[in-house]
Amino acid sequence: MAIKIINDKCKGCTICTKNCPFDALTMEGKLAVCDEAKCTNCNACVAKCPFEAIEAAPEQEEVDLSAYKHIWVFAEQREGKLMNVALELIGEGRKLAKDISEDTEVCAVLIGDGIDHLAQECFEYGAEKVYMIQDPLLKNYTTDAYTKVMKQAIDEYKPEIVLYGATHIGRDFAPRIAARCNTGLTADCTHLDVNIAKYIEFAKKETTLDTSTLDPNSSDTGIKQTRPAFGGNLMATIICPRTRPQMSTVRPGVMQKREPEKGATGEIVTIKPEIKAEDIHITIKNIVKSAKELVSLTDADIICSGGRGLGDASGFELIEKFAKKVGGVVGSSRACVDAGWIDHSHQVGQTGTTVKPKIYFACGISGAIQHLAGMQTSDIIVAINKDADAPIFEVADFGIVGDLYKVIPEIMKEWDNAEALFDAANK
Amino acid sequence: MAFNIIVCAKQVPDTNEIRINPETGTLIRDGVPSILNNDDNNALETALEIKDKYDDVVVSVISMGPPQAQDMLFECVAKGADRGILISDRAVGGSDTWATSNAIEAGIKKFEKEFGKVNLILAGRQAIDGDTAQVGPQIAEKFGLPQVTYVEEFKISDDLKTVNVHRQMEDGYEEIEVKTPCMLTCIKELNDPRYMNMKGIFGEKEIIIWNAKDIEVDLNKVGLEASPTNVFRSFTPAPKGKGEILEGDTENQIAQKLMIGLKGKHVI
Repeated sequence: MAIKIINDKCKGCTICTKNCPFDALTMEGKLAVCDEAKCTNCNACVAKCPFEAIEAAPEQEEVDLSAYKHIWVFAEQREGKLMNVALELIGEGRKLAKDISEDTEVCAVLIGDGIDHLAQECFEYGAEKVYMIQDPLLKNYTTDAYTKVMKQAIDEYKPEIVLYGATHIGRDFAPRIAARCNTGLTADCTHLDVNIAKYIEFAKKETTLDTSTLDPNSSDTGIKQTRPAFGGNLMATIICPRTRPQMSTVRPGVMQKREPEKGATGEIVTIKPEIKAEDIHITIKNIVKSAKELVSLTDADIICSGGRGLGDASGFELIEKFAKKVGGVVGSSRACVDAGWIDHSHQVGQTGTTVKPKIYFACGISGAIQHLAGMQTSDIIVAINKDADAPIFEVADFGIVGDLYKVIPEIMKEWDNAEALFDAANK
Repeated sequence: MAFNIIVCAKQVPDTNEIRINPETGTLIRDGVPSILNNDDNNALETALEIKDKYDDVVVSVISMGPPQAQDMLFECVAKGADRGILISDRAVGGSDTWATSNAIEAGIKKFEKEFGKVNLILAGRQAIDGDTAQVGPQIAEKFGLPQVTYVEEFKISDDLKTVNVHRQMEDGYEEIEVKTPCMLTCIKELNDPRYMNMKGIFGEKEIIIWNAKDIEVDLNKVGLEASPTNVFRSFTPAPKGKGEILEGDTENQIAQKLMIGLKGKHVI
C-alpha cells in the first residue's frame, strides 16, 4: 500500500518530492513517482500537493470492534493462591459487564499449573466463565510464557476489555500484551466506567470536572479509565476508541469484591497452551519471600502510619505499640523508607501501596502529594503533627496539632473507653 | 565490537514541586524544575558501573521529548555517558506509551545502523509524571527481547553474556538469570546514582538530535493521532472538605475528643 499519484493532475511542480519525509517521491521527467518500498503511508504529501494529484493511501484496516465481546479479568495467582486484586476485579468486571449489556459476561482467566481449584473461587466472587490455561511451564509467572498464552487466548476469544491487577506481575505482563496486540493500555486505574451516565455521576461526586458537555443518554459503552497522573495532582480519564481489547491495570485495594456466593458455578473453558520450554528466555533460580512479616496494608481496617516527624527510626516502636493496641497495621511515608527507618513494604503512597482503611492515623506525616494520593480515600483520616500548617491537615477528618509522643499514648489509654466517652458526651 | 548499552531516559517535571492552585484547581507548573526521572537515573548508574568495570563498553542515553530535554541528556553525559540521543519532532508529540515505544524502537534501529548492535537496554521502571511503567516492556516487545522489570540487584558476568538480577516482588524477590541482549527496568533500591563530574562536564560530549525523518519511523505509528489511547477528560480531584482540629488543655482531653469523634463516625 502506498499513496497514488494521479498522473493527469500532476503538473510536475516537485513540491511533493521536497516534502516527503522518507524520500519516497522522485521526479521522472514531468511526473512525480512514488517508490512503494519507501512510502510509509504517512500521507504528508497529500495535503502539500496544490493540484490534488495525490490520492491518500488507503486507511489501515479498521479493527472490527463488534467482533470483541465480554470482560476478562487476569485472575493472578501465586503458588496456587488467588491475589486479592483478582477478586476485586471480578467484582468490578461484573458491574461493568452488566452496564455494557445484559449478555456481556465477566470471565476470569486463570494461568498456572495445578490450579483447577481456583475456578470455584472465581465463580463464587462473580465470574460467569473461567478460561483455564495450565501447563507445567506456566507454574510461575514468566513474561515470555504468560504473554504467549494470553495472546493466544485473546486472538481466539476476542474479549472487549481485559483487566489486570497493577501488581509487580500485572505491570510487567499487561504492557507486553498490549504491545503484542497493538492496542491501548491504561496503567494504575483507580476508577472505571463504561456508561456515560455513571461516569457523570462519579465526576460530579468526586471531581471538579465540568460534566455539562457529556451526554448522559449516550450509547457509548467504551471503557473510561480514570487514573492519577503527576503524582496524584491531576486525574485523567483515558479511552481506547479504535483498538481492541481495551486494557487496564487497576491498583489493588481500590475496587470492591462481591460478597461470595457459596456453590456458584459457571462454564470452564480449557485452553491448550501452545508453549515450549524454548519460548522462555529467563530462568527463575529462586523465589525468596521476605523474612519480614507480610504487611497487608490493603486489607487493613486501621493503619497507623509514621512519618519524618517521628524523629528517628526508633519512633516506629511507638507506632508499632499503637498499631497493636488499635488492631492496626504499621504504615509509613516515603521519607522514612528512604531514610532506611522501615522496610518499603510499609510504604503508603503513589509509589507505595494505595490504602483505604476505615481509620488512617497519620503520625508526624506532613502530607506530600504522593502520600496523599495513596491514602486520601480512607474513610476517616486522623492527623497528628506539630506543624499546624502541614498539608495533611487539609485532608484530615480529625486534626491534632501537637507532639505525637504525648498524644499517641493518651489515645492508647482512651481507646477502650470510646463507647463510654461517646455516651457521656451525648447525654 | 563494543558492548552497547542503551539507557532509556525521560525528562520529567519534579512532581514533588508541583502545587495546585486552590482558586482554579489547576496545576501550577511555573518554576517547577525539570529533572532526569528518578528510576532512569538508577538505570544510568547501572550502565555506568558496567562501563567503569569493563573495557569497550559504550553507554548511550536515548530520550524522546521537546528540544529542552537536551539539558537532561547533558546531565547524563556529565555523569559519564558517552552520548545522548534525543528524538524530537512535532510528529511524535502527544504519543501514548504504544506510540512512544514505536518511536524509541525506530530510534534504536537507527542507532544500530550508525553505531552497531545493542547488547543491553536499561530503563527506569516508570516515570514520575505518568507512572505507567509501560514503555520499557513495550520496547522489549518490539525487539522481541526478554525483559525483567523491578530490578533491585544486578550482576553481569565477566564475558558480559549473562545477567543475574533480583526482581522485586511485593513480598520478597525473585532471583532471575537472563542472557544479553535483554531489557531491564530499574528501581531506586538498585543503587545510589553518582553526581556529575568535571571530566564529564568538560569532556567530549555528543548530543544528537534526530527527527522523525532521521529515524525513518512510520508516521502512522507515532504521535497523538496514532495513539490507541486518548485523554477523554482531565481534571483535578475534588478537594476533601477540611475536617475538625481537636483542641484541649491536655493531650488526654484531646484524645477523649478524638474517641468521641471516631465513635460518632461509626468507625470504631
